[in-house]
Amino acid sequence: MGELIVFIVFAAVALVGAIVMVTSSNTVYAAIGLLSTMFALAVLYIALDAHFIAAVQVIVYAGAVMTLFLFAIMLIGVDRPEAYGPVTMGQKVMTAVVSVGLFAVIVLAGRTAWVTGSDAFGVPDLNGTIENVADELFGTWTIVFLSTVMLLTIAALGTIALAYFDHGPKDEEATL
Amino acid sequence: MTVTVTWYLILAAGLFSIGVGGVLIRRNALVMFMSIELMLNSVNLTFVALSKDLGLIEGQVAALFVMVVAAAEVTIGLAIIVAIFRRRSSANVDELAEMKG
Amino acid sequence: MVDYLWLIVALPLVGFLINILFGKRLGEPLAGWLGFSLVGISWLIAFVPTVDFLFGNTNAETVFYFEWIPMLGADVAILWDPLASLLVMIVTGVGALIHLYSIGYMHGDPRYARFFAYMNLFIASMLILVLASNFALMFVGWELVGLSSYLLISFWFAKPTAAAAGKKAFIVNRIGDWGFLVALMIIFATFGTFDFVTIFTTAPAILTTGVATAITLLLFVGATGKSAQIPLYIWLPDAMEGPTPVSALIHAATMVTAGVFMMARSAVLFELAPSTSVVVAIVGAATALFAAVIAVTQMDIKKVLAYSTISQLGYMVLGIGVSAYTAGVFHLTTHAFFKALLFLGAGSVIHAMAGEQDMREMGGLRKKMPITFVTMTVGWLAITGIFPFSGFWSKDEILAATFERGGPWLILWVVGLLAALLTAFYMTRLWVLTFFGKPRWAEGTHPHESTWTMTVPLMVLAVFALMFGWFNTPARLAFDHFLAPSFALIPHPELPPIGTIVMLATLALIIAVAGIAWSWNRYHRADLPVEEGGFWEDGLNAFYVDDVYGRVIVAPGKRVSEWFAVTVDPKIIDGAATGIAHGVESFGDELKTTQSGRVRGYAAGIAIGGILLIIGFLILGGGF
Repeated sequence: MGELIVFIVFAAVALVGAIVMVTSSNTVYAAIGLLSTMFALAVLYIALDAHFIAAVQVIVYAGAVMTLFLFAIMLIGVDRPEAYGPVTMGQKVMTAVVSVGLFAVIVLAGRTAWVTGSDAFGVPDLNGTIENVADELFGTWTIVFLSTVMLLTIAALGTIALAYFDHGPKDEEATL
Repeated sequence: MTVTVTWYLILAAGLFSIGVGGVLIRRNALVMFMSIELMLNSVNLTFVALSKDLGLIEGQVAALFVMVVAAAEVTIGLAIIVAIFRRRSSANVDELAEMKG
Repeated sequence: MVDYLWLIVALPLVGFLINILFGKRLGEPLAGWLGFSLVGISWLIAFVPTVDFLFGNTNAETVFYFEWIPMLGADVAILWDPLASLLVMIVTGVGALIHLYSIGYMHGDPRYARFFAYMNLFIASMLILVLASNFALMFVGWELVGLSSYLLISFWFAKPTAAAAGKKAFIVNRIGDWGFLVALMIIFATFGTFDFVTIFTTAPAILTTGVATAITLLLFVGATGKSAQIPLYIWLPDAMEGPTPVSALIHAATMVTAGVFMMARSAVLFELAPSTSVVVAIVGAATALFAAVIAVTQMDIKKVLAYSTISQLGYMVLGIGVSAYTAGVFHLTTHAFFKALLFLGAGSVIHAMAGEQDMREMGGLRKKMPITFVTMTVGWLAITGIFPFSGFWSKDEILAATFERGGPWLILWVVGLLAALLTAFYMTRLWVLTFFGKPRWAEGTHPHESTWTMTVPLMVLAVFALMFGWFNTPARLAFDHFLAPSFALIPHPELPPIGTIVMLATLALIIAVAGIAWSWNRYHRADLPVEEGGFWEDGLNAFYVDDVYGRVIVAPGKRVSEWFAVTVDPKIIDGAATGIAHGVESFGDELKTTQSGRVRGYAAGIAIGGILLIIGFLILGGGF
């Protein structure tokens, strides 16, 4: 029972946040919408016994990624509403068709593969504790993990390079 | 009525579709990027739900990796968007049509 | 045993290569002497084995060199038998004499060495044709000879008439070659090989009359092209545009005899197709008469000789048609001598008259050019068939064989006699107009006797034109016996009994003398008879045969060519090519619009594609 309420409430929050993000003309509102979606998802993760993942979601996504987004929004100065001109009707129709279509197709595709209520779901015999995840991560997926380390390093270097080359070799002061 | 994995999966599909709609309809580069993040999140949800359902921990490991990659991607992507904005002081994606054939 | 025979062909080929590549450096007259000596050496090489045949060796030999197209039974091999050796002697012997003559005749020509290169190429090609042991190799020689003829006829290609004449010769020959080729195809389909020995030994067993008739008729078409019979003789008069030695060698002594030779070689096949022999004989006789009529009207000395050649070839073909193969070949040989002599003599006259070829501008040359006069007289006597010169014997052997056939063949005999009468007439006309009477020369002409390089060949040929007939008198048919091994597979032709022969010969002699007397009377007077208008003009234009061909065949052909050149090629073919190019270009333009550069467009594309893919997989997986 409790799980049901938790699901419905936070699913609603996630959906609302997503819709706000997509439709709001104020970019900051859009970012806040996404943020709330992410928090809702974190709660849903806890409901799914994925405690570690939930924590990482909050720390990384809500904490770092969204913060980065907000920085970028402020940096670009687009904290005021967009004024780009109307979207044509044709584009609106197509977007609606595509997204609804995609949803329908995915649901249809999974229809035969939907796992329809296995017994295991209700029983928390899976513990997403940090130890279990760590065992798996550093056990079977060590090399993948190390590759992601390299990926992050390269991403950081790339960002610095972009900032540097944009300014040119002469400019040495970092701007904020 | 119990919450089965199907509910989570349908929720994830819905979030994904909303993300696709956002990519297609918005012209602000940052909002487009955020829609992509939403799509990634929905995938994460799928992974975790199925992990719980099948009793395998790999789903959560995958979700972790997705997050890592998403973080890296956001870093670079935002750097690019900022760099573009510096040159043309507009984040309108429609104006970035220089790769026109 | 006679493995070295390949040298006979190789030496002139080497001469060709040397003169083509280094001719300019050799210069006059070294290039000429080189050409002459190589052909002379070839003659010497062939002399001993030929004499061997004379002394009773009756074995034909096939000298094998290497395989060429095994599937066709076509090897590079020489069939060395009396017939081949005879032709080799003629080609190299007369050829060498003409090369010697050309050293003097072509003096001063800027392309002197090139001339000798082409002449050597011709000799080599003719030798290939004659020595070949299979139809395929013979055809190679056949085509090469046509090529050499073209090169030599249009030697002075700057003159448009010469270039056109070369083209005409080649194209008309080609029509004949078509016949030859189709015959070759049928031969291969029937026999599975091209080898002469195989074909001729198995033909009587395998060949039905119908197939034999088809093959021989088509071979005859090829022969009419090369040997200038009706209807493909039209190239030969035009071929007189070439230098006179060329006319002497190719269009009198050798190339034009290739058709006759080919038919003699294939005697076995012709014997199996009696209907073809009828056609051959009729065409031969008709050509002999028709060409003789035209020759009467011609004013150019070389044209007279050209039509005379066509007429004499008609005699040879008639001989083939009545199955008197050795008689035909005999006439081929004597004709080679006296016709080459006549042409070279005419060349000597033309040379002395500084290029004038119209007989109306000549006259009284016998005092100025004694050697030429005497030798030409010998040639004249030979061709008109006066006893005891060579032409008398050979022509009469053919006429006797025709007479012996009896029945409707007698018509052809009468035609042959008529042609002999006309031959005597027009040759005497030529002789008188050129050498007798008051000089009618243009201003400033100083005729003189030619150099020794030109007169010596004349003298040698004159000796042969006089004597060679004595090899085949009815009393002792030495020539026929010499050739017998080559015709061992066919029945011996019948000649009338000796009494009848004497009667026929006397009749022919009387007719010839009558012709001479008539012509002498007409032309040996102070004022030449006026020969204009009506018959004379029609004859001068060869009875408009060329014009008819031009209108009926050439003009429509030209129209088709033009249609192709103007309509089909630019519009259809080029149009198709450029059309494809345009199509690709516009298609590319259409595709370009998808590259709008707009991110959202691309994203939409991805999304739609994804949906379609999922649907696709669902359908394939049977998910619906």
